[in-house]
Amino acid sequence: MSKHTLSVLVENKPGVLARVAALFSRRGFNIDSLAVGETEHPGVSRITIVVDVEAGSLEQVTKQLNKLIHVLKIVELEAEASVQRELLLVKVRAEAATRGQVVAAASLFKARSVDVTPDTVTFEVTGNSDKIESFLEVLEPFGIKELVQSGTVALGRGAKSMASLSRYVSPS
Amino acid sequence: MSTPVKAPKPGPQAAKAQPARPKAPKPGPPQITPAAAPVLTGAQAVVRALEELEVEAVFGIPGGAILPAYDPLLDSVKVRHVLVRHEQGAGHAASGYALATGKVGVCMATSGPGATNLVTPLADAHMDSVPMVAITGQVASTSIGTDAFQEADIQGITMPITKHSYLVRDAADIPRVLAEAFHVAATGRPGPVLVDIPKDILNTKAPFVWPPRMDLPGYRPTTQPHGKQIREAAALIAEAKRPVLYVGGGVIKADAHAELLELAELTGAPVVTTLMARGAFPDSHSQHLGMPGMHGTVPAVHALQKADLLVALGARFDDRVTGKLDSFAPDAKIVHVDIDPAEIGKNREADVPIVGDCKAAIAAMVEAYADPGRERLKTWWETLDDLRERYPLGYEPHGPDELLAPQHVIDRLGRLADPDTIWTTGVGQHQMWASQFISYERPGTFLNSGGLGTMGFAVPAAMGAKLGQMDRMVWAIDGDGCFQMTNQELATCAIEGIPIKVAVINNGNLGMVRQWQTLFYGKRYSNTDLSTHHSDASPRVPDFVKLAEALGCVGLRCETAEEVDEIIKQANDINDRPVVVDFTVGPDAMVWPMVPAGVSNDEILYARDVRPNFDDEGEI
Repeated sequence: MSKHTLSVLVENKPGVLARVAALFSRRGFNIDSLAVGETEHPGVSRITIVVDVEAGSLEQVTKQLNKLIHVLKIVELEAEASVQRELLLVKVRAEAATRGQVVAAASLFKARSVDVTPDTVTFEVTGNSDKIESFLEVLEPFGIKELVQSGTVALGRGAKSMASLSRYVSPS
Repeated sequence: MSTPVKAPKPGPQAAKAQPARPKAPKPGPPQITPAAAPVLTGAQAVVRALEELEVEAVFGIPGGAILPAYDPLLDSVKVRHVLVRHEQGAGHAASGYALATGKVGVCMATSGPGATNLVTPLADAHMDSVPMVAITGQVASTSIGTDAFQEADIQGITMPITKHSYLVRDAADIPRVLAEAFHVAATGRPGPVLVDIPKDILNTKAPFVWPPRMDLPGYRPTTQPHGKQIREAAALIAEAKRPVLYVGGGVIKADAHAELLELAELTGAPVVTTLMARGAFPDSHSQHLGMPGMHGTVPAVHALQKADLLVALGARFDDRVTGKLDSFAPDAKIVHVDIDPAEIGKNREADVPIVGDCKAAIAAMVEAYADPGRERLKTWWETLDDLRERYPLGYEPHGPDELLAPQHVIDRLGRLADPDTIWTTGVGQHQMWASQFISYERPGTFLNSGGLGTMGFAVPAAMGAKLGQMDRMVWAIDGDGCFQMTNQELATCAIEGIPIKVAVINNGNLGMVRQWQTLFYGKRYSNTDLSTHHSDASPRVPDFVKLAEALGCVGLRCETAEEVDEIIKQANDINDRPVVVDFTVGPDAMVWPMVPAGVSNDEILYARDVRPNFDDEGEI
């Protein structure tokens, strides 16, 4: 098993996310993370899916996704050829005695403090999953009160875009 | 740089390529321009769109949410509505109609329970790639999500068992949605499409523009095969010493039987036809080895196992064909032609994958094939002919129980019917015997539930098939278990003037389950006796003759081999009413040959405890 990042362009229609998610669960594929949002064209959404499968299954996942009528295009974004980011919000215990250390650790990871109380600090940090994981490891000893992570979003590097969206959108 | 994942969809230009069969009725002239568009209610738009799509028949039952659509339906002279007795019957009838005519089958139901009763036929059509459109009423838009009376999220429920589905939110969309639904159902790999329409939308007025502009940017089925792959396939066939053409239902869907015959005769390769492909290649043809799989013929099963090349045409390496997958056809290279890219490599890796319409692909292979002569196939045919001679399909005329043999009944039905008879079946022993003992010479003559294995398919499917082919004889071969699931549609047949014929192969049991209990559960017959035989302890419940009569049919009974021909002839001569024949047969007959579930096809049994003697074992 290995992780693959799929970027999926879909028509922005009701139920499209349900169709994609249902397909994964029905065919027994594991979704590691999923992020969905509108693109530069309001008629088209982009779903970024990180899936943990064997190579043969990845081909089957892709073919099955392609059968969904609302799916427009799929590419696999390989780690070295793309920019991949997650967002983490984490609330850490930070009393007077430890606050300095916590803030110093956070600055090493370029995390921003977004909420501060006498006992806690909440940080916002973006990065790939390795960075997020390392950051959480560093914060762990101080006491993580709660955290939330977004799914991975990713774009291919270089000047080219995944597709010209105008070809999918009928002139109206 | 991003890496395109394998098998990307082709560009939009592919949509212009030749359409796959069965053809969708094209939204054609006369054109209704937006300026001149009449303003219709959603309900009127549904009926008008069905007329424009040249729909002849709709099978359905009205109810609260779909009620508005039934009002204009009453006035339509082009669309005939057949009032069924259960929505499942409507769905299977639509399937039977589609399979018999090549057109899109249409069924209609109300919201909630009406719609959920369509779930089985939708799943069935999805598994067997049957073009179907199901139109369901839905509670009013404003009530959706409130657990309103007769509300069910039918789009959500059927998402995994439909090719596509719609919940209409604007009455103006109805023409476009229906045009798209028919197009999606009929093209590419055919399948069922659900159109769910809330009641308030059916009552809302909107301009009716026809033909509507379809908006399917993500739907571009590949129909034209890749030339290089075709040449590679043709070269492999020319080299192969033990080739087999493994023919699936896709060949019938693609209307490619003429091309198949040409390819087979050109290459001299043996042909096997799966349950879904019976009739795609004439049974009488000398190159036909019969059906492969769990109850396939010994030569067909053996040919696949020992082949050095399988040319899979519109087939999907289903577990009923392959047996234990990792021991299936171990020495064979695979050429796999399918219109659905996801089928290729799903179960068995293909050496030469060909995505495309079977008709185009087979024709291209014929074109590309350079005949090296037949000498290389000589040993192969000697082996197969020898197996054919030693292990023909057969049965004991009288079972150990001395009662009428079910296989004899089916054999005689096949011989006494018109040559262009359409046969439908349920699922179980009678289905396998109908596949084995009736000779199919034409595509579209054997309609059954293959993938889903839906008991109760036979009667409603026969009703749909007969409505689509009124001048042909339609026989439903059914079991006593299956028949009790959907026989209510005989009332529909009787009242609507759809004179089908039903042969109930009544062995008093859920026969296939009983066969497994005999073979694998120490003859412990748990819950398989249906009491449809007469005994001292109980009368027949139900009495199928009386039941048939109560449903407005002629009811006949046959209990001995001597009466079989006469009663079949009598049934064949009745054309003004449906007829049901209760063939009371012995319960102990079993379907042979058989590959027990989960084992290698090499373990095929010709009869109980009889393993074929493959002389060449270990040599090839």
